[in-house]
Amino acid sequence: MSTVVFLEHHGDELLKSSLGVLSKAATLGDEVAGVVVGSNVRGLAEGAGKFGAAKVYVADDGQLEAPLPQPRVDVLAQLVRDQGVDTVLFANSVLAADVAAGLAARLDAGLNWDLVDLVQRDGKLVGKRPALQDTVYVDVGWTSEPRLALFRSGSFDPNETGGSAQVEDLPVSLEDFSTTARMVDQAHEESTGPSIEDADVIVAGGRGLGGPENFTLVEELAKALGGAVGATRAVVDAGWYPYAAQVGQTGKTVSPKLYIAAGISGAIQHKVGMQASGVIIAINKDPNAPIFEFSDLGVVADVHEVVPKLTELVRARKTS
Amino acid sequence: MKIAVCVKQVPEGTRRIDPETKRLDRSGEGALNPFDANAVEEALRLKDAGGAGEIVLVSMGPAKAQDALRKALAMGADRAVLVSDEGAAGADLVSTSAVLAKALERESAELILFGQQANDSDGAVLWAAVADRLRLPVVSQASEITHSDGKLTVKRQTEFGYDVIEAPTPAVIAVSDAINEPRYPSLKGIMGAKSKPQETVSLSDLGVDGAEPRTEVYALNDPPPRGESRKIDDDGNAAQAVLDFLLEKRLV
Repeated sequence: MSTVVFLEHHGDELLKSSLGVLSKAATLGDEVAGVVVGSNVRGLAEGAGKFGAAKVYVADDGQLEAPLPQPRVDVLAQLVRDQGVDTVLFANSVLAADVAAGLAARLDAGLNWDLVDLVQRDGKLVGKRPALQDTVYVDVGWTSEPRLALFRSGSFDPNETGGSAQVEDLPVSLEDFSTTARMVDQAHEESTGPSIEDADVIVAGGRGLGGPENFTLVEELAKALGGAVGATRAVVDAGWYPYAAQVGQTGKTVSPKLYIAAGISGAIQHKVGMQASGVIIAINKDPNAPIFEFSDLGVVADVHEVVPKLTELVRARKTS
Repeated sequence: MKIAVCVKQVPEGTRRIDPETKRLDRSGEGALNPFDANAVEEALRLKDAGGAGEIVLVSMGPAKAQDALRKALAMGADRAVLVSDEGAAGADLVSTSAVLAKALERESAELILFGQQANDSDGAVLWAAVADRLRLPVVSQASEITHSDGKLTVKRQTEFGYDVIEAPTPAVIAVSDAINEPRYPSLKGIMGAKSKPQETVSLSDLGVDGAEPRTEVYALNDPPPRGESRKIDDDGNAAQAVLDFLLEKRLV
């Protein structure tokens, strides 16, 4: 088996979710390679050896600086063809999903997405995909090579095992149509305060809070629990809370030990960003809110009453 | 501007997987994938802004998917093309993208729109595969689209913030569900939809041999246990109940 993991980066860091997939792939037996695509990314490549890559391919070119999918498809397609790669793995993100699907079409290859695990069974690779709101786990496979797989973000933790990777440069030759989309502005909002991706406890607020002023309830509880504050896309779009706190498909994917959802209905957009959390507690006055379907404890109640009371109780306990 | 909107019929209500075929049971009532309504709405908005153009729906599915297409026609799309063929049942991403690309080639639209995902399979990748087959630029998670002089300016939302991306037409764009609030069809729209052209084409009409999937399903299993899920109503002691739960789980 010849496996390559697409290692996505942001700024000068490889994404944790990509490194998690790399660590997972390294446990499946054969040698695993990573691939880093960007501009001035050679330094990043060397660091991937610690997480299980025997080799890291690097496509380093000014044309690859912007995080756009199509030039990456060109690079990966050539890598798969030249090196006879039979398996390419991705950790899901807006960018990685587009790269994986473009590559599937280019190579006429099977892509299984939203996987949470990958195992070897009777010499075959089998992916695990939760379906129908995670009520069914589907075992999926591939009928031909190369096999492409896109994993849910946060499915695997990176495992630092030491070791160093051999770095190999890739030729960069791009298709005409791949460079017609151009990044004209990358207005990234940098996060301030504790990063919610590393927090053990997250208290998140949604529309059920009623207004931006009520985010203080969430902040107080987060503070009492020593955690960070999260928010849904709906409230970020409404300007109640900064984008850096957004949890969900187009925000952060988090997996804290404890996730408290206050006034959050549990739309799929939000769910995919937090469903890997250890313990989920939902407080919502709508008994039919979808969030209750994937909560460990569901509280049908008004957040404005329960959250401040809970904050008091937690504080009282800590000072007693 | 001529705009093609790729839409999908999804099963209405509770969904189940047929244990025999291991495919999603599509026998019941069908609905328009709700995320596709955002793409239809955006097409209508861009058509209004541009003053002229045609909106054609392109779909692949069983014959009765025409019902779901009629809902999008009632919103204001002009006509619909449905690729419906026994040979396409069980198609996966890569085979679906090949068929859709052929259907889209016939239309030569300047803009091809997708919704952000299908709510039945949670698939959120098809557009990039279609764009690659058509050799067109692609932008996903679009939360704003403007069009002028053959150029599209798209605001893309990612995990890290907003990007602004420019692409020439023709292009493929997948819109986020944050881009707009889809309109409800008016009574006039619903009545008018019945007389709008709805074409059904087969794979051979498109010159496609088959839709051979490259992925397969081996088995359906129960999800790993999540532990007992509890739900309580607030009887005035909810906060205490939550604290007790946190103590039990050693989280405080």
